[in-house]
Amino acid sequence: MFGIEQKEAYFLRCHGSMAHPLPKIPTGIGGFDELSRGGLPQHRTTLLKGGPGSGKTVFALQSLVNAVRKRREPGIFVAFEESTSQLIANAASFDWGLAALAKNKLFFLDAKLSPEIVRSGEFDLTGMLAILKAKKEEIGARWIVFDGIDVLLTLLQNPVAEMREIYRIRDWLADNDVNAAIITAKMDGDGSGIVNYGFMQFMVDCVIRFERRLEHGVALHRLEITKYRGSDFIAGEYPVSFGPSGMEVGAPEPAEIRQVASGERVSAGFERLDTMLGGGLFRGSSTLITGVPGTSKTTLAGKFVEAACRRGERTLFVSFDEGADRIARNLTSVGIHLKPHVKSGLLRMYSGRTESVGAEDQLLKLKGLIREHRPRCMVIDPLSAIGKTGGIAAARAVANRFIYLAKDEKITVMVTAINEGDEPETETTDLQISTIADTWIHLSYLIRSGERNRALTIIKSRGTWHSNQVRELVLSNAGPMLADVYTAGGEVLMGTLRWEKEGEERAKTVQRRAEFEHKRGELQTAEADTHARIKALQQDLARQRAELAMYSSDNQARIVSSSDREQELRRIRSADPARKSSSGNSGNRDRKGARDAR
Amino acid sequence: MRAKKAKKSRAGPAAMTVVVMRLYIADAAPNSVKAIANLEAICKEHLPGAFKLEIVDVLEFPLRALADGVLVTPHLAKLSPSPAAKIIGNLSDRSNVLHALGIKQ
Repeated sequence: MFGIEQKEAYFLRCHGSMAHPLPKIPTGIGGFDELSRGGLPQHRTTLLKGGPGSGKTVFALQSLVNAVRKRREPGIFVAFEESTSQLIANAASFDWGLAALAKNKLFFLDAKLSPEIVRSGEFDLTGMLAILKAKKEEIGARWIVFDGIDVLLTLLQNPVAEMREIYRIRDWLADNDVNAAIITAKMDGDGSGIVNYGFMQFMVDCVIRFERRLEHGVALHRLEITKYRGSDFIAGEYPVSFGPSGMEVGAPEPAEIRQVASGERVSAGFERLDTMLGGGLFRGSSTLITGVPGTSKTTLAGKFVEAACRRGERTLFVSFDEGADRIARNLTSVGIHLKPHVKSGLLRMYSGRTESVGAEDQLLKLKGLIREHRPRCMVIDPLSAIGKTGGIAAARAVANRFIYLAKDEKITVMVTAINEGDEPETETTDLQISTIADTWIHLSYLIRSGERNRALTIIKSRGTWHSNQVRELVLSNAGPMLADVYTAGGEVLMGTLRWEKEGEERAKTVQRRAEFEHKRGELQTAEADTHARIKALQQDLARQRAELAMYSSDNQARIVSSSDREQELRRIRSADPARKSSSGNSGNRDRKGARDAR
Repeated sequence: MRAKKAKKSRAGPAAMTVVVMRLYIADAAPNSVKAIANLEAICKEHLPGAFKLEIVDVLEFPLRALADGVLVTPHLAKLSPSPAAKIIGNLSDRSNVLHALGIKQ
């Protein structure tokens, strides 16, 4: 039905011009367009292969839906395996609005052959392809999906016929230019179920392998691009998960770590902890809190969240296996109030189940939450929950990827992890996140003198000074706080011992104060006494001075009067004529002159 | 539409009911050509003058074929008498066709 020239032209179009970068058309499936570096090959055919329930149909449908919604490109879906009503009903769990789209923008051809149809001899797809061509022109379809082509091929019951019909489809696609064509086929990894598999591989430009397998009772979905003609792609198997918006592929993070290290500090929750951390946590850093159950990991995380909300930062609190409401209520008892922040929309609390949910699905869920809420701070309590179901290796990889994701998004993150045992040397968690976390706070119980007290240690904090002391964490209705440090015999005292020591210290202070008061009184008395004595002595002094003054003037008077009397006597006796008292004056002068000469 | 119609019974056995059929073909595709030949032979042998056949070329009337639920070609639909039946293929397996059409051999 097609001329040789047409086929050659098609082949040239498909395989001739390798020099130009291959035009691609995005599927809009999160992660896949990154993995394939742009999407499906444009104007070419892509083969999706994989076992039943591996996600081929969802991938194909979602691509069609996205093409309609994002680029207004109508599409045709040819269903060989499922009836179209079944398909639409199954897809109702996704928020695609498929039933509405199926009315005008998407055309579903129910190509499932009814079992009542009698077979007699060979048939071919000429008629169906003519119908599709007419329909394509009618609705202006730009995408086409042949879903479950293996079912059709099986009906042909003849390898030669199969080959012929594959050719026919290829020719149809060459003749009816579409943006992208997708063929899905149920087959195991090596395609051994399909006789003409080799040829199918050859006829398409891109092959994507889907897989669903069970690991520890949890279904894991994977996909891998096994062939992409004329284009590079990210090789390897990547996790697939299904959410309310459809399928998402866990595309790998770029190999190079390009996170910018921030020097900004944010509070770890309360002042004393910030002090221990040398001023708080670095913005965009990750903190791991480990500890056995009951060591108040959640309380510390809650305090961190509350502090973030108080700064007005959008925050995400993810908890596992415990309801968000219950956590908020429990935290209220230690003075942490999260509900007002939930109400204001600043805080989003999400509570997830871990039973029979694979780690990959959890990661994709977290990614979705981050995309929705755009938090600056985030808590996962406990991160170790993601390793509960499914393989531990997968959980480890997921935990690492989560930390890297948070760093890429510059989210300051605090995760908790439960560790079994309480030996400081074995403070590693199953997930081995302690090596990639920037700060590691360990909470433990110290049992001494018949009590169990919570102790907080900062095991590491990258790029900052931090306290090396083991501190007692005390919970009260005013929130968590770190108690004052009392050491005795090289050990930090905690609980009652600390309380006793505190009491002792208090008593000592009181005693010292009393002693001091007493001493001060004494001194004051002594001072007053001295003052009094000074006063008395001054009075004495004054009196003595007065006496002295009085005494000297009296004496002068006496001297004066006696010399007057002597002169009088001498005058009377005429022994000393007219000398007066000048002799005394000259004598004074002489003495003065002698002193000057000396 | 290439209609080959109304080869009605002129003087056939009175008990013979008329079988109404529609054959969907794809122009001159080999299987379609074979199907026409096979069906004509069957009718000649087993339904002389007691059948009514309409042939629809899907390439010409694709949307009609779609409305009639036709997918692959050739496709033979027995419309009456009931029960209705659908047969796909080039009708080379005669016994299957006869059985589906309700013709006793």
